[in-house]
Amino acid sequence: MAEYAILIYTPASADPAEITPEDRARLERGARAEADTGAMLAAFELQAASTATSIRGDALTDGPFIEAKEVIAGFCVIEAPDLDAALEIARGNPALALGAGIEVRPVFGGFVAGRSTG
Amino acid sequence: MADRTAVESAIADAHRREWALVLAATVRVTRDVDLAEECVQEAYTAALASWEKDGIPDNPAAWLSTVARRRAMDIIRREQTLRAKLPLLVTDAEEMPMGEDEVIPDETPDDIPDERLRLIFTCCHPALSQDAQLALTLRLVCGVPTPDVARAFLVSEPTMAARITRAKKKISAARIPYRVPRAAELPDRLRAVLAVIHLLFTVGHTAPSGAPLMRVELMDWAIHLARMLPALMPDEPEVRGLLALLLVTDARRATRVDAEGRLLRLEDQDRSRWDRAAIAEAGDLIAGDLRTGRSGRYGLQAAIAAAHAEAPAYDDTDWPRIVTLYDALQAMWPSPVVALNRAVAVAMASGPAAGLAALAAVEADGRLTGYHYLHAVKADLLGRLDRTREAAAAYEQALSLADNETERAFLAARLAEL
Repeated sequence: MAEYAILIYTPASADPAEITPEDRARLERGARAEADTGAMLAAFELQAASTATSIRGDALTDGPFIEAKEVIAGFCVIEAPDLDAALEIARGNPALALGAGIEVRPVFGGFVAGRSTG
Repeated sequence: MADRTAVESAIADAHRREWALVLAATVRVTRDVDLAEECVQEAYTAALASWEKDGIPDNPAAWLSTVARRRAMDIIRREQTLRAKLPLLVTDAEEMPMGEDEVIPDETPDDIPDERLRLIFTCCHPALSQDAQLALTLRLVCGVPTPDVARAFLVSEPTMAARITRAKKKISAARIPYRVPRAAELPDRLRAVLAVIHLLFTVGHTAPSGAPLMRVELMDWAIHLARMLPALMPDEPEVRGLLALLLVTDARRATRVDAEGRLLRLEDQDRSRWDRAAIAEAGDLIAGDLRTGRSGRYGLQAAIAAAHAEAPAYDDTDWPRIVTLYDALQAMWPSPVVALNRAVAVAMASGPAAGLAALAAVEADGRLTGYHYLHAVKADLLGRLDRTREAAAAYEQALSLADNETERAFLAARLAEL
């Protein structure tokens, strides 16, 4: 088995606080279904990119690290036997149906502390 | 003792024909493409002395596989601890018995399963860019040395070496599985494989005269790959269709340009120099699928090319049949390029005015506005209707869009003829 990060990209202006209740319900149903597969190790949804602060060298800037049309809106880490299986799980991500884009990237290393957030 | 020249030619032949089989059989033991390549290369080198001494074996591929696998097993045993840290190819464990306990399969050459399909599907995995797919297929499946792959794609050797290394690294780091896709994924994945083979052929086919020889040899490699597939995937009509398409296109290779390298139209080509055996083979490959209506895009394109090739003279061409085949192709593949070619056939079957009417729809579609062939076809039809001034304008437009020198010379000559 290997671990893959699933990076979810949405338009830079997107704000999770503005997702309609219907879409929110869809996302949550999808997230539960993904969690039920047992492949999901961790999943996070981020606040709007406008709330980000970036550090480059000594300088602090307001906003995401790279000015782009699309920014990371969330990510999860899954476990899968190979890339084909990881892509299949990623394709089931509910954010895709709402127009998000997804990058699947193998994990080199990392750790998750045993506590939940939010 | 065998004659050195005979041995060298047997090795060259085994390199060209059996590389994929030997490499795939060795990857089965190593689960590491680089190590397998190294061992296969050594086996080919060892063959020179050994075959000279003991004679050329009856089954060179089996001999080479055995030597490469034995070499690989030695290295694996010696470097077991080192290898424990290497990312090995991901395979279906039950089919490839090389697990953590490193059981080495004790197979005689005759039971080595044909693993070439795994190799081909892995090289053409959609998670790799098409450039990487093309390069890996030539390097790993055809065994073409990296400098030659670089020459074929007109890039420097370090650039090509980096491209191949990066692709191999992605296969192991992202765990692109080394397996034949499941039935559900097969149509898409097979399409990618066939697209790579078709593209290799096209790159060679459209190479201008004076292009590096390796670029032209891409056509031979594409046919070699297309020939490999039907035996491995006998249930796929498109596999036969692609081979037929390449064969029938290649059958006209000698007559496409004249002695000065100028492009010749189909009607001006010397049909007596077409490769009749290849045309007949292509016809046989697709006949069954055409009868049962199982032909796909490649099969229908092959049928169209075969209908041209089978006509004893240009004037004997069965244009109505070609229009029917284009109708079927367009239904399956609604591409403006198909519609453009169909318009040419309509013009031949029913006259230039009918052709222009069919062309109007392609022009209205707008996607081919920048395609020189559209304007060249329009110019030809207008010329035949004696609408000289409009024809000249269309040739001018075609000339402004064409960038292949041979094609430009052809268009300029046609314009001058008006």
